This record gives sequence, C-alpha cells and structure tokens, in this order.
Amino acid sequence: MWTRAVWLGLRASAGGRRGFSSKADPQGSRRVTAELIEHLERLALVDFGSQEAVARLEKAIAFADRLRAVDTDGVEPMESVLEDRCLYLRSDNVVEGNCAEELLQNSHRVVEEYFVAPPGNISWPKLDEKEPFSHC
Amino acid sequence: MATTILRWCCPGRRWVFAGIGGGSRHGRGVPTGSTSSGKRGQRSVAQQPLITAQKPRKGEREWAAVVGLEIHAQIASNSKLFSGSQVDFAAPPNSLVSFFDASLPGTLPVLNRRCVEAAVMAGLALDCHINRRSLFDRKHYFYADLPAGYQITQQRLPIAVNGSLAYSVCVGKRRSQMVTRTAGVKQIQLEQDSGKSLHDSLQSQTLIDLNRAGVGLLEVVLEPDMSCGEEAAAAVRELQLILQALGTSQANMAEGQLRVDANISVHNPGEPLGIRTEVKNLNSARFLAKAIDYEIQRQINELENGGKILNETRSFDYKLGCTVPMRDKEGKQDYRFMPEPNLPPLLLYDSESLPTGTDPQQVINIDRLREQLPELPRVTREKLVQQYGMLPEHSFALMNEVGLLEFFQNVIKETRAEPKKVTSWVLNTFLGFLKQENLAVSESPVTPSALAELLDLLDRKAISSSAAKQVFRELWRSKGKTPAQMVAEKKLELMQDTEALEQLCRSTLEAHPQVVTDVKKGNPRAINKLIGLVRRATLSRADPTVIKEVLERQLSS
Repeated sequence: MWTRAVWLGLRASAGGRRGFSSKADPQGSRRVTAELIEHLERLALVDFGSQEAVARLEKAIAFADRLRAVDTDGVEPMESVLEDRCLYLRSDNVVEGNCAEELLQNSHRVVEEYFVAPPGNISWPKLDEKEPFSHC
Repeated sequence: MATTILRWCCPGRRWVFAGIGGGSRHGRGVPTGSTSSGKRGQRSVAQQPLITAQKPRKGEREWAAVVGLEIHAQIASNSKLFSGSQVDFAAPPNSLVSFFDASLPGTLPVLNRRCVEAAVMAGLALDCHINRRSLFDRKHYFYADLPAGYQITQQRLPIAVNGSLAYSVCVGKRRSQMVTRTAGVKQIQLEQDSGKSLHDSLQSQTLIDLNRAGVGLLEVVLEPDMSCGEEAAAAVRELQLILQALGTSQANMAEGQLRVDANISVHNPGEPLGIRTEVKNLNSARFLAKAIDYEIQRQINELENGGKILNETRSFDYKLGCTVPMRDKEGKQDYRFMPEPNLPPLLLYDSESLPTGTDPQQVINIDRLREQLPELPRVTREKLVQQYGMLPEHSFALMNEVGLLEFFQNVIKETRAEPKKVTSWVLNTFLGFLKQENLAVSESPVTPSALAELLDLLDRKAISSSAAKQVFRELWRSKGKTPAQMVAEKKLELMQDTEALEQLCRSTLEAHPQVVTDVKKGNPRAINKLIGLVRRATLSRADPTVIKEVLERQLSS
C-alpha cells in the first residue's frame, strides 16, 4: 500500500495535481535516501531491514515510473475503480454495537472494559527525542 | 483583558488594510504560502518570517493578528458516520462499538444518510457552494484511540466550500454598538471522530474507550479573517447557534460536541503574514478568547524580543492560563493522504438533476433540503428587531440564553404592555434574577403568565414601577400567589382617588412653608423634596409624576 502512496506523492509533485503532501524524492530521481527510508519506516511501521529491501524498493519505484511514459495531459485521473458505482446511503438507525465483551477478548490487556495501550506513542528507536503525540 | 499592553486591534481600535481584519473575504490577495487546498500543516512554512535590519525597539511597531479556526462539531445522529452503532455521550465503555469501529479485518464503511444531510444543511446555512461530487480520503497517523491507523475524512474534495459566516461584535468606547463582521468558510467536510483516551500516569498506561470512535463530525474551516480572541469567540458562538437551530449538532462545548483549533499569527500591518502556530484543545467557550489573546501576545513579545515563531502545535493549559508546545517537530507529521478505496464518490442532486426512477432513500436532493431549512438565528433576530422595535443587542441577548426567547414570546402573547417594556423587564429584571441565583430559564419560579399579569397591572397604572419591582421580588421568592393577590395583600395599588391626593398635596404644602418659598424662588430641587414628602404620606401609593403635576398646579394658583 505504501508503494501506491509514495507513487501518488511523486505524481503529485510531477503532475502538479493538488492533494497529497509527500516528503518523497524530488521529481525524476530514482535514488532512495536513508533519510527517506527512516521517514517511511516511522510513518508506516515497516522494517526495511536490509540493503536488499531498499534495492527492491528502488526497483519497484522504477517499475511504477514507467507509467509516466503515458501522456495524461488533460485526462481526469481515475482515483477509484468504484467511481461509477453508487454510494449506498444507510438509514440512521442503530443496528450494531453492544458487544464489548467480544471486542475486549481481542485485546492483550484489559482494565475494566477499557482497552489498555501504552502511554502516548512508543518512541521509535532511531529518534533521539520523544514524540509526545497527544491528540484530543 | 490585557488592553493596556496591547498595541494591536481588538477591542475598540481597528485598522483597515487590504483584506485582513476588515472582514472582507475578497482581499485575500496577500500571499499566504498556501499552494494547494487542504495541505494542512504546511501552510505558512513557505512564508517569509519577519526580519528587520536592526533590532526593533519595544513599543515602536504596531501589530496585527490573524486568526483562523478549525471547528469540529459532532453530528446529532442516532448512529455513527460509517457504522450502525449508537451515538451517545454517556454509556459503559466500549459498549457502543461495532466491528467496523474497532477496525476488525473484513469490515467496510457504510455512509449514514443523516450525516450527509446534516453536512448539506450546514453548508446551505453558511452560504457555501455544495459540491455535487465529493470524495473520501484516508488520513494516516498512529494513535491508540484510532484503531484503523487512519481517519476517513474529505481532504481533496469536501462536501461544501466557499461560504461565509456573519457574526457580531460590540465595538465603541463603551462597547455599546454592535457591528457585523464576516469570516469566510473555506470548507465543510465530513469526517470520523476518534475514540477517547484516558491517561493513567500512575500505571504508565492509557485506557481506550472506542464509543466515540467513528461518530460523524462536521469540520468547518474558517478563513483567517478574524483578528483577535473576541472575534473568534463571537464567530464560534454564532456557528453554535446556527448548528443548534438546524438541529445538525447540539454543539455543546462542555460535552465535547464542539471543539475548536485556532491558527494564529502576527505581523506588522502592510508586511507579509507571519509564521503561524496552531493552538489545540480549546474546548471551553470561556477560555477560547483568552487563549487566543494570550497566544497573540506571546507571539508579539517573542518577536519584539528578537525571537522567532516556530510553526508548531500548542495546547492551552487552563490552569496556567497559557499555551504550551505540544509536539516537537511539526514537520515530521506526514499524513500520507490517499483516496478511501472502499467508498465511491458521494453524489448529490438538485431538483433539476435528480435521476428518475431511483429509490428516494438513496438520493439526496439539495433543493429539498434548502426548502426544509429551519429559520436561522440571524433571521430570527432581524424579525425581533422589526416586530418589537428592540435594539440588535437585545435580540442577541434574547437568543443567547436557552429558553429565554420562548419565555419572552410567551409573555408578549399574554400581556397588553408595550413590547419595549416587556423586553426591558425580561432582559434586565428577569434575567438579572436568574443570573444572580445561577438558574436556567426552565428553573425560573416566575412563569410567563405571572410576568404578563404583572406587566398588565403596570400598564394600567394600577401600580407604580417600584411597586411592580417589589411584587416581582415577592413572586420570585414565594410561589402560588398571583401578582394581583400580592398587590392586594400588600396594599400596593396606586391611589386612584384624585380628591384624596389633592388634599394630601395641599396639606403638605401648608405644613412646609419654607420649602414652598424655595420653590417659588426658583430652586429646582425644592420641588423634589415636596414630592418625596407627599409620596411618603401616601405610603408610596401615588405616582411621582402625578404628584408633581398636582403640586405644580397648586403652587401656581
């Protein structure tokens, strides 16, 4: 999934379409910097682990880049294969819920019907400062 | 209010410069560095910070502040935005959570029709352009109260754009004049709410309740057209009233149904906009203006001392009364927006474009919703001013208290007294008593009928206005008696016997020859002494103006 996100990011800077911010490579470059890897690892919680993995990433980007050979000027991009489908509208009735017990069984730790999570976000090992991400 | 050290706009003084603070949306030509819609968090990074050749002396420059708001309102619906679990403020933890809300694999979002209607109505009420086609996106970030790891929102193409919100502030030396200002509405979008986290610092853990996860939110983004805390608070208040009138949200800040984030920057008039900070956690109507004003002053102080403003997120600490930084490096927040793959575009129709032969449950007609829009607060206030001849400030005051308008209208219905009299009694006397004892209108011991009856007595001149106030006080304290009964009991009726009054006046004049001489000499205040004496003689049951008239007539003869 991240490949698509990165690709969209590159397309955004290339085609000038509005919407997605990306700290990805400048347009045209195939090199994936260590900084980018670190950034992606933190964002997507994936572990690139080895140089082989990074090489595979670069190959994947190069493969996707071939799409740029197609001239899409003036063509409205297809953002979803569902774009012709009808979006179903549900009536505003309560039909679900009331299954706390079942849901809590999925959690490793539970305190009185609450899920238990570590405080804030776990610091990523490579960072030298904490990220106090408090979101209300 | 820190008016003494402020050298920037509100309240009272205003500078009018192109597009900023003047309330005009059209003068937004000043470069803000915003290159694409919704690129939140990146807006002002491209701006030039204020750099001057020499260090500025304190007090030399004037400052202007720019405030934009992002307001999240919980939609008043039975079920959530994308699932059929219930929306309720108080319920056992995790009892109102469906499999989708808990982000279990294999679940899909299904859009709630009521939420779409709520968004369209809000858009229409704020004069927005309703996008016939809008899209849903995923905004990714990791936090325990966001089980999916992303929030479904509308970043690329929201449901409504380009509207305006008109609000009023008090200006002038004695803040007695009401003027209307406008803040542009950049967009309105539908998005999911997150769950709630309870931080347990003792055990070093966070407890997560997902009851709120997935509840529908309306995010209203206001352009940075406001210039101080007071304006921002007034805009938020008006939005609250509008949403409440529409029924789309109860918009109660105390219950977390309305949350406000502010984007604040300062600059010198005529120069480019400054770096902005985002202040979150403004969840109290009382502290909204205070927090914004604090941040503005903090930025001014920082810049005047030669420092720089960081593009960061801050939080308002209610106890300390100041803003504190929240996240260290704002730049690292990359939300990786992508289209929501499980939801096709949302299509809305109007009467012209409505496709035939479709299930009415599956289509939303904007024109239909426009026809069904309830009366907006602005219109209600205008009607009050026109119908009853009250000042705009009064119409605001009547709408500002829950149930007060209804109370007022009930009194009007039952009394023959002039509307202006009713307005004055309701807003001054009645409201005064309520505030003193911290009661809601619904808890008032005085009913509209009782007040109406009292005002009738006053109108008929059966009692004096001071007697009326006395009766009102009694009504407040003891229930069960009607005003008429009280008046009779306490013998508060005005003297109707003109003969007796003439007699009393004559005897008073005879008993105080010195005062009479003073009056005849031309001392204007002497007559008041006589009036006072007569009043006391009548046990305050005579109208002072009538007494004066009689005395003057007798004195001149």
